[in-house]
Amino acid sequence: MSTFLGMPVHAPRGVGHLRGDESFPDAARTALGDSQLRRNLQHATTTIRGKSGRVIAELPDWQELRSAGSALKSYTMAHLPELLEQLEEKVTAAGGVVHWAADANEADRIVTDLVRAAGEQRVIKVKSMATQEIGLNEALEAAGITPVETDLAELIVQLGNDKPSHILVPAIHRNRSEIREIFLRAMPGVDPKLTDDPPVLAGAARRYLRETFLSTKVAVSGANFAIADTGTLAVVESEGNGRMCLTLPETLITVMGIEKLVPTWQDLEVFLQLLPRASTGERMNPYTSMWTGVTPGDGPQNFHLVLLDNGRTAVLADEVGRQALHCIRCSACLNVCPVYERTGGHAYGSVYPGPIGAILSPQLTGVADNASLPYASSLCGACFDACPVKIDIPSILVHLRNQAPHPRTEAAVMAAAAYTMDHPRLYRSAQRAAKLSRIAGRRGRGLPPPLNGWSASRDLPAPPKETFRDWWRNR
Amino acid sequence: MRIALFVTCLADTMFPAAAKATVLLLERLGHEVVFPEEQTCCGQMHINTGYQKDALPLVKRHVKTFEPYDVVVAPSGSCVGSVRHQHAMVAGADAGLAARASAVAARTYELSELLVDVLGVEDVGAYYPHRVTYHPTCHSLRVLRVGDKPVRLLRNVRGLDLVELPAAEQCCGFGGTFSVKNADTSTAMLADKMRHVLDTGADVCTAGDASCLMHIGGGLSRLRTGVRTVHLAEILASTEA
Amino acid sequence: MSSKDVILDRIRAALGAGAETPEIPRDYRRGPAQVDLDLLVERLVDYKAVVHRLTAEKPDTGEPVAGGGVEGSGPQAGVGGARPLDDLDHLAEGRANAQVGVEAAAVRAAIAGILGAGTVVVPPGLPLEWLPDGVHGLVDDGLSAERIAAADGVVTAAAVAVVETGTIVLDASPDQGRRIISLLPDLHICVLRADQVVASVPEAVARLDPTRPLTWISGPSATSDIELNRVEGVHGPRNLHVILAGQ
Repeated sequence: MSTFLGMPVHAPRGVGHLRGDESFPDAARTALGDSQLRRNLQHATTTIRGKSGRVIAELPDWQELRSAGSALKSYTMAHLPELLEQLEEKVTAAGGVVHWAADANEADRIVTDLVRAAGEQRVIKVKSMATQEIGLNEALEAAGITPVETDLAELIVQLGNDKPSHILVPAIHRNRSEIREIFLRAMPGVDPKLTDDPPVLAGAARRYLRETFLSTKVAVSGANFAIADTGTLAVVESEGNGRMCLTLPETLITVMGIEKLVPTWQDLEVFLQLLPRASTGERMNPYTSMWTGVTPGDGPQNFHLVLLDNGRTAVLADEVGRQALHCIRCSACLNVCPVYERTGGHAYGSVYPGPIGAILSPQLTGVADNASLPYASSLCGACFDACPVKIDIPSILVHLRNQAPHPRTEAAVMAAAAYTMDHPRLYRSAQRAAKLSRIAGRRGRGLPPPLNGWSASRDLPAPPKETFRDWWRNR
Repeated sequence: MRIALFVTCLADTMFPAAAKATVLLLERLGHEVVFPEEQTCCGQMHINTGYQKDALPLVKRHVKTFEPYDVVVAPSGSCVGSVRHQHAMVAGADAGLAARASAVAARTYELSELLVDVLGVEDVGAYYPHRVTYHPTCHSLRVLRVGDKPVRLLRNVRGLDLVELPAAEQCCGFGGTFSVKNADTSTAMLADKMRHVLDTGADVCTAGDASCLMHIGGGLSRLRTGVRTVHLAEILASTEA
Repeated sequence: MSSKDVILDRIRAALGAGAETPEIPRDYRRGPAQVDLDLLVERLVDYKAVVHRLTAEKPDTGEPVAGGGVEGSGPQAGVGGARPLDDLDHLAEGRANAQVGVEAAAVRAAIAGILGAGTVVVPPGLPLEWLPDGVHGLVDDGLSAERIAAADGVVTAAAVAVVETGTIVLDASPDQGRRIISLLPDLHICVLRADQVVASVPEAVARLDPTRPLTWISGPSATSDIELNRVEGVHGPRNLHVILAGQ
């Protein structure tokens, strides 16, 4: 029994948001047809690339910091059991309570029970990828508890009955005038004269949430970092909604993936330099809160930390793919990805979109459940260059493609092609036959599916009169 | 120097002009080019599509074919990238093959790398009186890190008016089977690349990879833009005579 | 079998014979570097904080610094260079000697310039002589959130500041107080001593005590959620004034 229980398993189906309803190419087609979405994404990603590039260029040791960050994450993975137990010991000693959740269902249950035990019907939430991953809001609502998202972008998504489309800026697909419309439509008590000036929109969110912050007794957060040797947790944010949630309520529940550990307090010096510059393109984000357990008289007097597996150990079991656990959720790979820039985040189906999502989601769920995601990349490599902890995303994509279930026809064609290529005589006759051009007709318009996806918008080159090797033999 | 040509299956079959230009250019610079006829394909398409098992015989063939040579050149950043970064991985548990693949990879160069780093030439004596823009293909740029070597070579071509490509470092959307599996996204990427090429007013778009040029050229041809795609090797091989 | 045991077993099974444990390359900049206060001011201003530099020549003015323009200033008595950590801890303990070297009259003048009159929340360890006439100090002895939120502002000291990032860190020492007081009012006035300033993030981390609640502040509340551009003013204080004493 214990052997069975102790083997890594994927995130369970039927709970949370790691699997989409349709394949990436199908979902992408819808997104590509939305010209407003494409303009919004292009504007936002171009802006952030410029900002990030400028502040990264200010640091003479950016590459050294990346190397240190990468090594620290490898070290953390190799020592995960000891570091997690150390974290638990330190948090407990400082007055916190640590819970372990093997999957999304267990984590949802732990949090719901804690809110119930506090006797509350409403929680305020700081933006957290882990709680989105496990579908915590749905679980709380099913238990009659209202979760209030307090991050501006999450609020836009929640009020617009929408889905998040970016790790850092879940409403990146919305521009200012769309945000104004959503606020006018769905924000109780909003000023009808609201303009689309960003500070005015931010001010509206401030007024709307202020009373909720002051009157809610339980908050739920994620964590950017957890320091094993001190038990300290860190949340990196901009607006101050994080500070509100981490400071005002009586009870704080933090849900954190087991990979978020940092070995020592001093190691934070690396990640606090990498994260803001890579994510929002700032030298430092406006607010970072750090707390260790409970501080008498200051902040929440009940602190619960939920450590979440939900497929992470399955990722860890893959020697190549485990690098995906090094991710610090900066979203730099999304912002530089030419695919993400055109399709947006919804096409990826999972709460983790973009290049990191294309390697993380299939590993958390098992590749078969997200089989189109490893192919949602042209392997251009921009993500690898942008990653502050040097995750080799293109190599992991190729690795996962090798594990993905393949369409039968494609597999037959690939096997035949490999056989031909391994027999030079066959290869030469295949070349001479120039079958492709005959089937394809002029400009390749007569190609069968799936090859007609190419010829819909591109001409095939006219086949040459002689191949190179014919020329070589005849020269 | 005796240089073995790794022609790549795509240039061999569809773009022999780029391969011929590579031969003629190196011969003009005083080197001997040999063409090992047992070569076929490096297996990149299979590897990048998820068929490493099918690619294994192709990797073995490639290693065996090019092992005897001290210097190997290919007119393709992408195929050299596969040799350098994927062949040993595909060999996997076969440590002997992996070591041999790494040894071959260490002696394999993309054309601009060979010219600038190995042969020490930046002015190849070419003449090409056209307005040209250069697209740095993803694998040349980010896998091989050829940097500005192709641009340095182009700047020394007589008569050539080199114009900078906006957003040059963005992918053209080819990505091998990506352009088939995700044809719509690929087309959207291509549309932006073509717009940038047209914005330069160049009459020729060049690059170090026939595959990306096939993609960009296929789009430009469909739109009847009149802009041609020409492989870097062909420009460098052109002379006044 | 508890979920803890399940997860730890899974991790051990996943790691198998043992994952690679690399050496951590520490060749990024770590050691103490020259502190450039002009650059600190520039970085604070860049993220929309208003900076008031107190100078020996003009102790009664704390004119706000805008853009990159920084007042020239002579040496000020009583302020040394970098201070060792335990010395800082000692300083943080009592209000009497918490702010050695900060010219109260100059701080008063600067605060008067910012606020004119009104009520500000102050932590219990903050020198009340920093407050000008007309500004009432509401000492936090466990004030309700509503009373804090209703104040016109808050005045705190700081623990550390980082030049490179334009960051101020509060560590809840008696002169900085509970985290809530620097959060709810719309105006935060932070009095920073030059000897609390370090050049880089690693130096700041080294000076701080992680067992204390820490708040790293870089400019007023802001968001990047609208079209990925930084816009100031959401839930935290929309106005951040930094009074920088010493050189």
